[in-house]
Amino acid sequence: MKNYRTKIISNQEISPGYFRMKILAPGFGENAHAGQFIMFRVQRSLPPLLRRPFGIFRTGFLPADCDGLPPKEFVEIVYKVVGSGTSIMAELHEGDKVELLGPLGNGFDCTSRKGEKILVGGGIGLVPLYMLAGELVDNGCKVRLLMGGRTRDDILAVTEFERLGVETYISTDDGSLGEAGLVTQVLERKLQKYPETEVFTCGPMPMLAAVHDICVKYKTPLQVSLEESMACGVGACLGCVVKGAGHTEEKPSYLCSCKVGPVFKSQYLDWSAIGKTDKDCGGCA
Amino acid sequence: MSELKKDIVRRPDMSVEIAGIKLRNPVMPASGTFGYGEEYTPFIDMEKIGAIVTKGLSLKPKAGNPTPRIAETVSGMLNAIGLQNVGIDAFIQHKMPFLRTVNTPVIANFFGNTLEEYGEVAKRLNDIPEIAAGELNISCPNVKQGGIVFGTDPKAASEVVALVRKNLQKPLIVKLTPNVTDITVVARAVEEAGADAIACINTLTGMSVDVNTRKPRIANMTGGLSGPAIRPVAVRMVHQVVQTVSVPVIGIGGIVKAMDALEFLIVGAKAVQVGTANFVDPTAMISIIEGIEEFLVAEGIDDIHDLIGSLKF
Repeated sequence: MKNYRTKIISNQEISPGYFRMKILAPGFGENAHAGQFIMFRVQRSLPPLLRRPFGIFRTGFLPADCDGLPPKEFVEIVYKVVGSGTSIMAELHEGDKVELLGPLGNGFDCTSRKGEKILVGGGIGLVPLYMLAGELVDNGCKVRLLMGGRTRDDILAVTEFERLGVETYISTDDGSLGEAGLVTQVLERKLQKYPETEVFTCGPMPMLAAVHDICVKYKTPLQVSLEESMACGVGACLGCVVKGAGHTEEKPSYLCSCKVGPVFKSQYLDWSAIGKTDKDCGGCA
Repeated sequence: MSELKKDIVRRPDMSVEIAGIKLRNPVMPASGTFGYGEEYTPFIDMEKIGAIVTKGLSLKPKAGNPTPRIAETVSGMLNAIGLQNVGIDAFIQHKMPFLRTVNTPVIANFFGNTLEEYGEVAKRLNDIPEIAAGELNISCPNVKQGGIVFGTDPKAASEVVALVRKNLQKPLIVKLTPNVTDITVVARAVEEAGADAIACINTLTGMSVDVNTRKPRIANMTGGLSGPAIRPVAVRMVHQVVQTVSVPVIGIGGIVKAMDALEFLIVGAKAVQVGTANFVDPTAMISIIEGIEEFLVAEGIDDIHDLIGSLKF
């Protein structure tokens, strides 16, 4: 991990309220893994005070231009405008100076090559799943993506997943794109059809809780990427902890989601409180 | 400053001494914002800062408070972590091996749930030769025991400091809470009870509400407010304490850049601690150290002691 003082390559709105930001980051990709995140400093002046966590969408190189210089490496994030920090980000342009810390945290474990892989993304939760899909496809896995959103505006980057060779299934609450209904209904059907599979998910907490319940029912291994508020992103502040499995008042267990996570194997989490409140922090890790 | 200029200009003496500990410069992290040091090694050279201050240590591991624990506010943040820490045994076993490798004084912040536990942790610190000093926390606003209860009552503060002073064979820094009517009364009490230095301030008790859910934004209802929002309060209190006691004072509260640290030094703090700014920028302390040095050079000051306490009335 490294603290980059760098600049924006591009920042474009890709769907109402959703932006893709490409940031110059030499050497970033060689250390980055699907499911990790960055802490992004929105602007040098205050407010906002704290950096914001964002999942890594992808890393890559800009094509070399005719100046003969080596290709420039970038990290790309996708974010939703939900508050003051992301509103300021939406106004940033090519060449603006920014700071980022990363890659941070523990990402998805995609070493198992057996069986089918199903990725379940809700809205901005699809962000870390794109890099994951790439790694799983490279591993020779068959990958299916189930993508859910409130409306068609929440469904992002479908063609990019398809270009990787991923089969995509879309559901929206209002039926404006794909099937009308919840993405978890699609998951249940898929697990009935492909019982030997592994599930990876990221999205709003109630969706994660529903995905967890379904995976328990079908005895399917599940890895989940959590979105938590963070101050430092490096395990120092202990502000982003989540309850671990077996947590009790007498014997509490808090896991640091920036350092131990943000990706957890679902059996290591205490699900009793997850999903009881709907948190949507607009692209947090 | 350009490399060339650095060569020509004589570098000012930035070293200070706090309670018998020699620091290469007056800048160190505030407890609870720097983990156990190792978390920040990818970003800064530990041997460039004045000291390392550990997360608060207790006799047994402590799980901390329910979540959510943090919320951003206007130029500040509220936290109610609840002193989550690994406990003194795990600290010695897992955290000291790294801290032993660093050529920088290590200050162990510590607390207890009871008076006896304060004394016991102090004794345990004697067994760690690489710990340069203890920083006694009697000021955490987020736990019932082990914190503010001791820090708000001059008599209780005096009692705990006296006990720890008896048990700790190392320099003792006492960290005060701002959540009192008159901080000078507590400062005087802890000095008389044997504090070798005073650190002030800890966080201010605050509260923030989510207007959509109408619930407090952190589970503990109230939390400790830190960051630039509290700096003027901190500067005022440090100034008051410096006027009251004769032991060195470490200034803490909303320091983000060198100019902020200079305010504390000018009112008489002999050193400063940087807290929330470490979260905002993990290299903040290095920028602050460089900025203080540049200021001294620009002002023609050879020794930082000529700046400390130079407030003009």
